[in-house]
Amino acid sequence: MSEILPGATLARFPFPFDSDSYMYSVNVEEAQRPRANGVGSWGEHVYDVDGHYLDEVAERARILAADPARCQVFGHMRQAAWDVVEHATTSLAHDYPADFALQRDGDRCHWRNRRLELEQAFTLGDDATLPREPFEWITRQLQEDVELLDQRDDDLFFDAGILTFAADWSLDFDLGMRFLEVHGPVPRVHELGVLPRARMFLMGLAPGRAYRRTNWSMTVDRRLDTGTEVYPEWGPARANLRYEDIGERLHLRVEVQHFVRLPRSNAVMFTIRTYLASLDEVCEVAAWSRRLERVLADLPSDLVDYKGLARYRDMTVAWLAERNAAAAPAERA
Amino acid sequence: MAVTTIPVTVAGVEPYGPDVRALRLIPEPGAALPAFSPGSHVIVHVPGERVRRNPYSLACAPSSTEAYRIVVRRIADGRGGSRALHDEVEVGDRLQIEPPRNLFAPVLPARRHLLIAGGIGITPFLSYAHQLRAAGVPFELHYGVRDGAAIPLLDELQRLCTGAGRLAVYVDPKGASLLAVLEPILGRQPLGTHVSTCGPAPMMEAVVAAARRHGWPSSRVHLERFQLDLGPADPFAVRLGLDGRELQVGADESLLEALESAGVQVSYLCRQGVCGECRTGVLAGVPDHRDAYLTAPERAANTAVMPCVSRCASGPLVLDLV
Repeated sequence: MSEILPGATLARFPFPFDSDSYMYSVNVEEAQRPRANGVGSWGEHVYDVDGHYLDEVAERARILAADPARCQVFGHMRQAAWDVVEHATTSLAHDYPADFALQRDGDRCHWRNRRLELEQAFTLGDDATLPREPFEWITRQLQEDVELLDQRDDDLFFDAGILTFAADWSLDFDLGMRFLEVHGPVPRVHELGVLPRARMFLMGLAPGRAYRRTNWSMTVDRRLDTGTEVYPEWGPARANLRYEDIGERLHLRVEVQHFVRLPRSNAVMFTIRTYLASLDEVCEVAAWSRRLERVLADLPSDLVDYKGLARYRDMTVAWLAERNAAAAPAERA
Repeated sequence: MAVTTIPVTVAGVEPYGPDVRALRLIPEPGAALPAFSPGSHVIVHVPGERVRRNPYSLACAPSSTEAYRIVVRRIADGRGGSRALHDEVEVGDRLQIEPPRNLFAPVLPARRHLLIAGGIGITPFLSYAHQLRAAGVPFELHYGVRDGAAIPLLDELQRLCTGAGRLAVYVDPKGASLLAVLEPILGRQPLGTHVSTCGPAPMMEAVVAAARRHGWPSSRVHLERFQLDLGPADPFAVRLGLDGRELQVGADESLLEALESAGVQVSYLCRQGVCGECRTGVLAGVPDHRDAYLTAPERAANTAVMPCVSRCASGPLVLDLV
């Protein structure tokens, strides 16, 4: 059971760097075990419900109303959609009993989401018992984006998903692609052999145990939806970021991704939870700001380009160096 | 962590002739059987002097979480796992099974399924039939048996196929009558059909050959190659450094687990042989590489091993650890 503390964002922030330089790797580990970040810990549960829950669920509803294509489910993924309903309701009720409750009698379920003041009786597998398509119904109650991969023909196919908090990619564009195609634009991972190994890992994933990894980028302004569809809304901010605004406007964007083999459909569920911390917030933890400075300074230019940092990387390294230098004497004293 | 198992009790035994029996397995109090996808199998830990790990398809509805059913054919000249399940296991006995996994899932976007089973190869298609019937996807099932006296699962298959799919049973002591109809069956399927087959290797080869002759793309032809009797992994010894202490790695644990039990710190992430985190230097001996991380030249050099999954091919294995 977890307590939800609205103010405790940094304590639960999944600071992603465990060394002073960054390179892609198959950085997967077993999930559902807390991982220390220096000031607290993160990663106790697959679905993380925190103080931003109501805001993020409302933001998701707003985005879906504006663009229904952010949630799509191919017909053959119906069983997988119900797998997600079962997995998420069961997990939430178990992990946050003060906020969620699930009563079950065989396939007949009664669901209570106290945070949204929502109550719903439904029968697993019977679409007619829910007010919406099952995958969209449950993912509208999550802070995670959820992507579903169908395994067939010795490969993984991206055949369903909800993507309202994307780090510059698009569900509508990628849906139906093979795993390697989805990752086509990512630099180095093909040459490093990271992607074939990641695919092998996912294809061999057994039901019942969840795994996780982190990924990261940076976002100007506190904005979860940096989807390709709305690039005009957020892209220009990259160019007009000023040195004196970095602390407030520039954010370290971290994704915690979970991998779960869904039992009834044999699909692979891939969740993406996005966390944002402004650089002012990052600087509240001296170990984080020093490490971020070194990671950014060391980052190869192709990764700088891919992650969209080209316009402000050097300026940000200088900004962090100045902050870190200013903080250092105080710490020694 | 060692392999997770589910404790079950044998709640029923149903014989089909002298060589085949179905076992009904229910969870012991406090344990639970997960729902599974069609085509899944469980690995049964067959008790005996050395525990054998035998995979069996789950021959029941995928939603069947109160009990699992496996169907075991007695293989007289096998490694003994199926013999023990016939001769030594009775109602009330307790067994350990590993949770379901799937290496033979139906292709979900298929518009039609052609299922071809030989003998005990029928078992995965029982869960297929449940699912296809429930989903309203057209299918036909062709089932060849050598003995018509006690055909495994026939009643249930007839029930599942009624009003949903077509069932054809071929009884022939020589197994030839099913082979004889493969050409016409594969020749008349509409576009969008996937064929899945499970049974004796010659039968599956005949299905593949007939499909090729009729122009089926290989991505629409699916085979369940069951590996009976995985057998235990062999125990082996490792030495830490050239002059260091020696550890024993048991049959039911990984090298990484044995190192951890001995208090040797090895950093790890995935424990499945893909991430590369637990890479450990090898000073002597030849590892049995079972990982997906090392490149072919690295494997051939035998100077590194991934202890989470790899074992020993030729010992003594000496690790660059203290």
